[in-house]
Amino acid sequence: MTPERTETTATGRRAARGPTRREAREAHLRRRSMVIAALSTAAVIALIVILVPMAPGWERVQKSFFNLDVFTRTFPGLLKAFLLDVMIFAWCAPMIAILGLVIALARDARSPALFPLRLFGSIYNDVFRGVPVILVIYLVGFGIPGLGLPRPWNSPYIWGTVAVVLTYSAYVAEVYRTGIESIHESQRAAATSLGLSHWDTMRYVILPQAIRRVIPANMNLLIALQKDVALLSFIGPVEILRQAGVYKSVHANFTPYLGAALIFLAVTVPATRAVDRMIARQNRARS
Amino acid sequence: MAVKLQMIDVWKSFGANEVLRGIDLEVEEGQMVCLIGASGSGKSTLLRCMNLLEPVDDGVILLDGADITDPELDPQPIRQRIGLVFQSFNLFPHMTALDNVLLAPRRIHRKARAALLPGVEALFDRFGLADRMSHYPDQLSGGQQQRVAIIRALAMKPEVMLFDEVTSALDPELVGEVLDVLRALKAEGMTMVLATHEMAFAREAADKVCFLDAGRIVEEGPPAEIFSAPREARTRAFLARVL
Repeated sequence: MTPERTETTATGRRAARGPTRREAREAHLRRRSMVIAALSTAAVIALIVILVPMAPGWERVQKSFFNLDVFTRTFPGLLKAFLLDVMIFAWCAPMIAILGLVIALARDARSPALFPLRLFGSIYNDVFRGVPVILVIYLVGFGIPGLGLPRPWNSPYIWGTVAVVLTYSAYVAEVYRTGIESIHESQRAAATSLGLSHWDTMRYVILPQAIRRVIPANMNLLIALQKDVALLSFIGPVEILRQAGVYKSVHANFTPYLGAALIFLAVTVPATRAVDRMIARQNRARS
Repeated sequence: MAVKLQMIDVWKSFGANEVLRGIDLEVEEGQMVCLIGASGSGKSTLLRCMNLLEPVDDGVILLDGADITDPELDPQPIRQRIGLVFQSFNLFPHMTALDNVLLAPRRIHRKARAALLPGVEALFDRFGLADRMSHYPDQLSGGQQQRVAIIRALAMKPEVMLFDEVTSALDPELVGEVLDVLRALKAEGMTMVLATHEMAFAREAADKVCFLDAGRIVEEGPPAEIFSAPREARTRAFLARVL
């Protein structure tokens, strides 16, 4: 009996006998969960479609948030204002990447002469991760031009950028540090045993591996930055959030805010998906 | 033969754990010394202290008669004279085999890539890796990676080479190619210290075998003596377990 069985291949056996008991059971379970998922989704959508319009204020909400006429008239203007967000983002991101790295390295400095740098690094991180972004934007954006600086040094663009860069660099520095600490001690030992200096070991052995490892984490911060750029509107620049506010006043209608939200989503959703894919790929490569 | 490397009463502990407890060891020029003993007996720590990767707590290590454990000394130039090869290869995974080897000479000797290339290519060629220079470590077998790691250490033209169980992480069929490299280095007169579990190799190739137990050298001598007629009971017990 037994030897005969081992001679036939697994696929051959399945073809001859049809699905095994386990396969039949799994197929049954799969069918059942699909039916349940479809039914529950349909029920939720039906409830929303039926119940929400039954709310007493639905007519008003529909007019002030979902006004197609206002939407089509303001959307192009919003898109144009969004370009400013993109520009601010584009010059902030590289500055954050560089300053974040400098702060991370400052916190790693070992020589006693560089102790002030290390101290500065950790105070910096505590302060800027502890204060809400909007507060930093207010303090820097209103406070520094308040010193009575001449043009163009009183521009809200400059000081708004400074505020955002300061805040985000603190987070990015922390991500870099996690990456640096994740590199196995044996890499440092190998470099040191060859006679490489502390800095050369960092520059050529540790950092290239660490930075690569934390790219997904930093991309997540970039996505958050893309949204927080809109906070600059509070100190002046007419970017998309402020433009939407202007349209809101002009048309006495909230639909422009919805338009702005859709524009943000159009950027952040694909970016988030791309990062998720990147993380998945990295996890696969490491396992 | 002149004494190349000498350890005098070397002590080292990690916290409360005393790993080396008074090591005295002499390595003559061109000698191959094998350290044997159970895991945790202090073999690896001994090698890491010789390369100054770990500072010793007490005692002296002399290289060509000069104290290299003086805390006032800059350890970097000394490490360049003493190559260390690790059990787990520790190649830099983001660099090709060639760049792994070139990094230290380029940064430390400040030489251009082109000036270093002929010598390094000759090393790759000698150890049968000429066609693997542009491969990344994860594209190489364990035996190839370990040979690249040896080339990386040799490229600094060290006077002494230390090998920390360099075949322990290899599949059995790859051990031979690495041991062949060690034989070749011995033949050209390299001074070497090996921590090893390859008893047959130690017996065949070593000039001196030292048995370590609990941070001390319990017994040392020519391999024929240590393996055939050990004097100490602890050596006999260890050999009975591993042979």
